[in-house]
Amino acid sequence: MKSTLKLIGASTAASVIAMSAAAQDPVSLTIVSWGGAYTASQVRAYHEPWMEMNPHVTIINDDGSANALASLRAQSQAGNVTWDLVDMLPSDAQLACDEGIILQIDHDEMLAPAPDGTPASEDFLPGSLGECFIPQIVYSTVLTFRPDAFADDNQPSSIADLFDVENFPGRRALQDRPGTNLEWALYADGVDPDDIYDVLSTPEGVDRAFDKLDTIKDHIVFWTEGAQAPQLLADGEVAFATGYNGRMFDAIEVEGMNAEIIWDGQVVEWDGWVVPADGPNVEVVLDYLYFATDTQRLADQAKFISYGPARASSAPLVSTHADLGIDMNPHMPTAPENYFAPIILDNDFWVDYGDELRERFANWMLQ
Amino acid sequence: MAQADASMMGAGQGPARAEKLVTSDGTPLKRALERAERQRKLVALGLVTPLLVFLLTVFVWPIAQMMWLSVKNDQIVSAIPRTLDELRTWDGRDLPGENVFAALHADFMEDLERPRREQTTGPMGIRLNYELSAARSAVSRTSRAVAGFEAPYKEAFTDAHRLWGDPALWRIIKREGRPLTLSYYVAALDREYADDGSIVQRDERRRIYVPLFGRTLYLSVVITTMTFLLGFPIAYYMSILPMRQANLLMICVLLPFWTSLLVRTSAWIVLLQQQGVINSGLVGLGLIDDGNRISMIYNQTGTIIAMTHILLPFMVLPLYSVMRTIPPSYMRAAKSLGATPSTAFRRVYFPQTLPGIGAGGVLVFIISIGYYITPALVGGQSGRMISNEIARHIQQSLNWGLAAALGTLLLAGVLILYWLYNRLVGTDSLKFG
Amino acid sequence: MSMPAYYTTKDKIWHYTFRVICFAIFFFLLAPILIMIPLSFNAQPFFTFTREMLTLNPEGFSLRWYEDFLGSASWRRSIQNSFLIGIAATILSTVLGTLAALGLSRSEMPAKGLIMGILISPMIVPLIISAAGMFFFFSSVNLAGTYLGVVLAHAALGTPFVVITVTATLVGFDHSLTRAAANLGASPTRTFFKITMPLILPGVISGALFAFITSFDEIVVVLFVAGPGQRTIPREMWSGIREDISPTILAVATILVLISVALLTVVELLRRRGERLRGMSPG
Repeated sequence: MKSTLKLIGASTAASVIAMSAAAQDPVSLTIVSWGGAYTASQVRAYHEPWMEMNPHVTIINDDGSANALASLRAQSQAGNVTWDLVDMLPSDAQLACDEGIILQIDHDEMLAPAPDGTPASEDFLPGSLGECFIPQIVYSTVLTFRPDAFADDNQPSSIADLFDVENFPGRRALQDRPGTNLEWALYADGVDPDDIYDVLSTPEGVDRAFDKLDTIKDHIVFWTEGAQAPQLLADGEVAFATGYNGRMFDAIEVEGMNAEIIWDGQVVEWDGWVVPADGPNVEVVLDYLYFATDTQRLADQAKFISYGPARASSAPLVSTHADLGIDMNPHMPTAPENYFAPIILDNDFWVDYGDELRERFANWMLQ
Repeated sequence: MAQADASMMGAGQGPARAEKLVTSDGTPLKRALERAERQRKLVALGLVTPLLVFLLTVFVWPIAQMMWLSVKNDQIVSAIPRTLDELRTWDGRDLPGENVFAALHADFMEDLERPRREQTTGPMGIRLNYELSAARSAVSRTSRAVAGFEAPYKEAFTDAHRLWGDPALWRIIKREGRPLTLSYYVAALDREYADDGSIVQRDERRRIYVPLFGRTLYLSVVITTMTFLLGFPIAYYMSILPMRQANLLMICVLLPFWTSLLVRTSAWIVLLQQQGVINSGLVGLGLIDDGNRISMIYNQTGTIIAMTHILLPFMVLPLYSVMRTIPPSYMRAAKSLGATPSTAFRRVYFPQTLPGIGAGGVLVFIISIGYYITPALVGGQSGRMISNEIARHIQQSLNWGLAAALGTLLLAGVLILYWLYNRLVGTDSLKFG
Repeated sequence: MSMPAYYTTKDKIWHYTFRVICFAIFFFLLAPILIMIPLSFNAQPFFTFTREMLTLNPEGFSLRWYEDFLGSASWRRSIQNSFLIGIAATILSTVLGTLAALGLSRSEMPAKGLIMGILISPMIVPLIISAAGMFFFFSSVNLAGTYLGVVLAHAALGTPFVVITVTATLVGFDHSLTRAAANLGASPTRTFFKITMPLILPGVISGALFAFITSFDEIVVVLFVAGPGQRTIPREMWSGIREDISPTILAVATILVLISVALLTVVELLRRRGERLRGMSPG
């Protein structure tokens, strides 16, 4: 209630101005996201309540996030931007920001403060806000395994176990990209999570990571699409699979797959909004963003999907799953019992070194 | 109608006499004929023009435009003109002097004043990063901080990011500070520029495109061979059957040909996957045990099987139409002259099918070399082809220059093959159904 | 093929082996397509025959995947889109392609080789390159993500088929017929519709069908040029296969196979009619 009042107070000025013009003009916003369960959670947590408050606005969902960067650049170069708001990964956002095709965000100006008055720039989790990027959720890539693939008294519990084929035999499903895999190789090789990217920026560090990956090379199955990882586990094709925690949550809690998540070394990444520069309705979108990224809204999204809110102040508000009645707190990547050894994905590093490491990884996969 | 009449009259008459003839309105016949000829040429051209214009606009021009991206290189030129000017006299060995850094400072300062959409340092950083990892953050971090820089700029820059103190970055800036570049082609061939400007092979562990081209060629050869091995017997069989029966069997070839590509690809996923029909059948029959289901898909095998199936009709159709025209009497004659059936087949029959083999083979090869969908769906890692990499660079990595270079190389390969095909069999032999 | 009486044992063995090989290959061609039809009636979400199906127990079969297909708004939309885009692209490519074929078949056509090369280039250039080029171009002229964009792209890809089939029909075409009509005072338009059109119609229709199936089956260009509003059946299948492959795909596939059978029959009938008209041997 308090947050609602605050929100009304804070956005009244903007809304009043917008409303007077908007009363006559219906607006339609095209919001681009990932589709499927993810878009559905955004619709229920953000779009529906906002459209209720702003009946003149219709939101059109476009499932174009997978190739958003290319489309956005093409639209922008043609001077024909049709998208209003795009959901993207921060590394893509960084590229788009460098190219100047998305708006720079003044975080404290454009985003709501926490209910206790903490400005947005301090409320969002450290390192999550980007120059042009507003995070919504924290998700992580986690290691998951089938308990029945191992003896009861010998269950894996760490990233190091992923690289231990002697004690934990069986095939491992890894994503077919260097990100996460190289970090884990170094982490399993004894590098402190905080030093991983320093080590990985040196040629010796890269060699070290690949050498470590070599030790499990013959046991790897690669996956490409997020849905494949839980599928491989469910089919019993692999003993371990890396995957997005939300997908794994669905497979385990909703579909009853027999698997367990290892939170050790979870690779934490953000997902969030960017605003195309020269979009057709920038003012309305900024109004929407102020609402959709406030403390309550981010906490609400966790009712519909198992990703953590990107604001610290949202964490205490996370409640039970809207349809399943499961308490979502223990399933959040940011829950204290899960967040004991996180590796925060360094997007700046991946924008800088991504091309080179991807080439090397592609070459390595095929050897 | 005058021209039409004249041309009718003129038909069959000698040129000598034509000169004296005039049409009903008094024009000399020769000129009338020429005019008629020109007119008909124009009519013919006029009929073709709409399609020609259409294709030139929505097909040929877009492809030409895409190819242009493979050499276009304006990012650095437009971002730092002053710096490039100063770099002209740089020897390329030690770090450039203060004059260059001062020019860079001036260029960056000017960029800061531009409206954000027109800022050029961002694209320049992304462009440089293709050549040297971390060059992007060198540019983006310093370009935002330059307002606080004071002379001497050399120190200010090298303090802001280590790469500004690295002559390698400066060599790249100088080399790529031109409106056109070949460096995307250099990268597409797994080469790079050495410090002295010569082109050398990349570190072995980073070579991926040449092996990928190699694999694409290899897979296309295997698939073409497979379609030939499977297509030849059935085309031959149909060609010796009576028409009615042959037509019936032809349906078996045409049905897949007319069936959606995605339907056929999903059919193979259904059949070949680990939980699919074949594996479950084998497990059910006790031939393999449940834990050892065979991996037949999401690898090269999957790509080869599915694409052979998809492209087989393209081999059978031209083979069949050639074989139909070979009179059976030739084989009979050879045999009656004492040749064994296999000799007769090898020496007499087979050579006559070569045009069909050539047509089918080149067709299948051309199609498979640029295939995208099936490898993307069933190829896994080892069954991917060059098209998949092109798509990735356009849609994900955003390195459009490299995508265009890879695409241009692929297109050149296909056009050469098509030219050969034309020389061998001619386009007229293309028929469907 | 009947076996001559003078065949030796070796010949006989070869004769039968050869037949077995051929039928195995025909089986390879057809089986994957046909196997999806019974599987699409599977009551279980599996891609294998369940025990109930193998024993023909009615409980093993259901129409749930067809209901899934027809009940889903996105699939229904994709059907609409596929037909809408397919038909529009077909009309455009048939009109342009037929006119061009008429021009090309005239002996006085200049630079025939070059023009023919350009006209059939959409068939030769790898689709990924066409799609990439169109993506850049259409984005720059506000056509990416529009129906018109997809229609133009598909029309371009379909024209070579129309040009080739109509040109082939015109090979056997007797040009003295049009000259006679002209001589008798018919206007060019009238000549075209009264003389030329009926004769080349089978070629035009099969060309149109080829153009239609090209668009109907096309996915690469759709992936690059279409927006979410223009998702066609192959586009839906593509995400279906990549994300969550469910037997709904098989229901769609079965329906598409039936459509191809229908189209194939029409083309075959037309081809025979065309050959009869031109006095060739009946096919």
